[in-house]
Amino acid sequence: MYKYILRRLIQMIPVLLGATFIIFVMVYALPGDPTIGLCGERPCPAAFVAEFRDKHGLNDPFLVRYFTYMGNLLHGDLGTNFRDLAVVDELKLRYPTTAKLAGMAIVFETVIGIIAGVLAGIRKGRFIDNLVLVSTLFVISIPIFVIGVTLQYYFGLKYPIFPATVGSDVTYYKLLLPAFVLGSASIAYVARLTRTNLVENLRADYLRTATAKGLTRRRTLSVHALRNSLIPVVTFIGADFGGLLGGAIVTERIFNIQGVGGFLFTGIRNRDPVSVVGTVTVLVLVFLIANLLVDLLYGVLDPRISHD
Amino acid sequence: MTTTDTGTRRGKAAAGSEYHAKDGLLLEVEDLYVEFHTADGIARAINGVNFDLYEGQTLAILGESGSGKSVTAQAIMGILDVPPAVIPKGQIRYCGEDLLTMQAEKRRKTRGPEISMVFQDALSSLNPVFPVGWQIAEMFRVHRGMNRSDSLERAIKLMQRVQIPGAKERVKAYPHQFSGGMRQRIMIAMAIALDPAVLIADEPTTALDVTVQAQIMALLQELQEERQMGLILITHDLGVVADVADKIAVMYAGRIVERADVYDLYRQPAHPYTKGLLESIPRLDQKGQQLAAIGGLPPNLMRIPEGCAFNPRCKYAQDVCREDRPALRLVAPGRESACHFAEEVLNG
Repeated sequence: MYKYILRRLIQMIPVLLGATFIIFVMVYALPGDPTIGLCGERPCPAAFVAEFRDKHGLNDPFLVRYFTYMGNLLHGDLGTNFRDLAVVDELKLRYPTTAKLAGMAIVFETVIGIIAGVLAGIRKGRFIDNLVLVSTLFVISIPIFVIGVTLQYYFGLKYPIFPATVGSDVTYYKLLLPAFVLGSASIAYVARLTRTNLVENLRADYLRTATAKGLTRRRTLSVHALRNSLIPVVTFIGADFGGLLGGAIVTERIFNIQGVGGFLFTGIRNRDPVSVVGTVTVLVLVFLIANLLVDLLYGVLDPRISHD
Repeated sequence: MTTTDTGTRRGKAAAGSEYHAKDGLLLEVEDLYVEFHTADGIARAINGVNFDLYEGQTLAILGESGSGKSVTAQAIMGILDVPPAVIPKGQIRYCGEDLLTMQAEKRRKTRGPEISMVFQDALSSLNPVFPVGWQIAEMFRVHRGMNRSDSLERAIKLMQRVQIPGAKERVKAYPHQFSGGMRQRIMIAMAIALDPAVLIADEPTTALDVTVQAQIMALLQELQEERQMGLILITHDLGVVADVADKIAVMYAGRIVERADVYDLYRQPAHPYTKGLLESIPRLDQKGQQLAAIGGLPPNLMRIPEGCAFNPRCKYAQDVCREDRPALRLVAPGRESACHFAEEVLNG
């Protein structure tokens, strides 16, 4: 078990190196001049441009820039971006918001998704099953920005039950609507995954055994069928959580949330490799750790999986 | 052990059970029909089955795939999937009470303490994500309201009873950590946990090695004698039942075609189908000869032939067999056969 964890942690090193290198190359290859727009409507004075390029090492060859950056990274320094903001400080400021949003989306996904999936699964082929299948297909087919803007219009503006935007003063209440939007597609996936697995397990031999043991239908379903059906669902939710912690560019922009996704987006727009690579490094790390935790949890949930 | 040997087991257990087996009669299956309503049509899996089961008696139900033997077991146990299964007719009486018309909750409470079942494939029949001890102990928690530690104690005792080595240490192990034979022992421990009066074993040894088969059969027989259970043994394997069963009922296309004491039936079958089955057993003293087989295929249950269902495969078949369905009738003392020419089969 400890050997397994250690091996997985060591495997993260090449993944991190590879990811940072690729991101660095991609940002480097982006066309355009990072000084554009820094001086308002007019082009920046030549002296300013020269000073800017010199300060941020833009005249250095690619490999020099890359290794300088990676050297700093090894010391835990994520760098300072073109706007003279330390990436670490910026992430510290924004990560709590992103984590809250992701956490709430996961709660929606788990609660609504599993309940809908179970109702559909135990009433297979009936009205509720078809309702869940059609509505989840509907949600999955619509792009998230359409769902976001539509719900924002109806529940934020026309019938202002929820705040339409979040802004700087982040509260859980303000995040309810964005979190629902962010989790909507995953709610649908969780519902379908739960349903499919439940339907399959309801036909399993051990469920027939459970009935033959004289267990109540409630116990047969909630203990014997559900426990098995939720194993892949938990895996999905865990992996999804890792992904959501990477920020939500679209949802954050719609609801004006100051999260990691927005910061990343600004970095890409400004051709700012330091912002982008620093953020992505952290996100990749978070994603890898989340996945490791999911795999460990999988071993706990399903005794047939061994990590030894 | 014979059918007349009726123990007093149920009488003793009456303190815990509301059911009393009068004259040792535990189970009466009467004119049972089971159909499966599918998109392609109605499959008639069981077409009028009758039998009784007494305390201490072992009844073997023999038949090939699709003969209705497993469906009979599932109908008794009440674990048929309804729909598609439908029971249009018949009674299954346990100690005189019809299980089919019994209130659902009352019937649920008979599963385990009164009637219990061992399935064919123990690996898929045990829940993969719970420890085996937990699964056995669940019987005591659900039916007897016992707490976790007491019920687990009882589970260990049962695992010892079915001869699982190191039961105390292995009570927390999972099904996949056991061998096939040990898993089947766990199934058996679970089935006998509440000391049921009727135990149904549905092909309990089919998934096992031959040597392990014999051990499992010996265990079942031992438990059956110790507890004076009525045992229904469902199998397609003539060899398995020979040593264990008192009576044999041979099923074909959802009907019992022959019923007799086990030695009578083996010595001299009274139905062409049974005769064919016995002739198709490979024998060491017939080395080098062609193995006899019954020609043709078992009937499609959606289109069971008119008259006797076996007539297209039967070498005795005459016109009467294609028109008139023979009923199960007494053809000699203790011998029942559903064949127009039973006497000829019996004497020829």
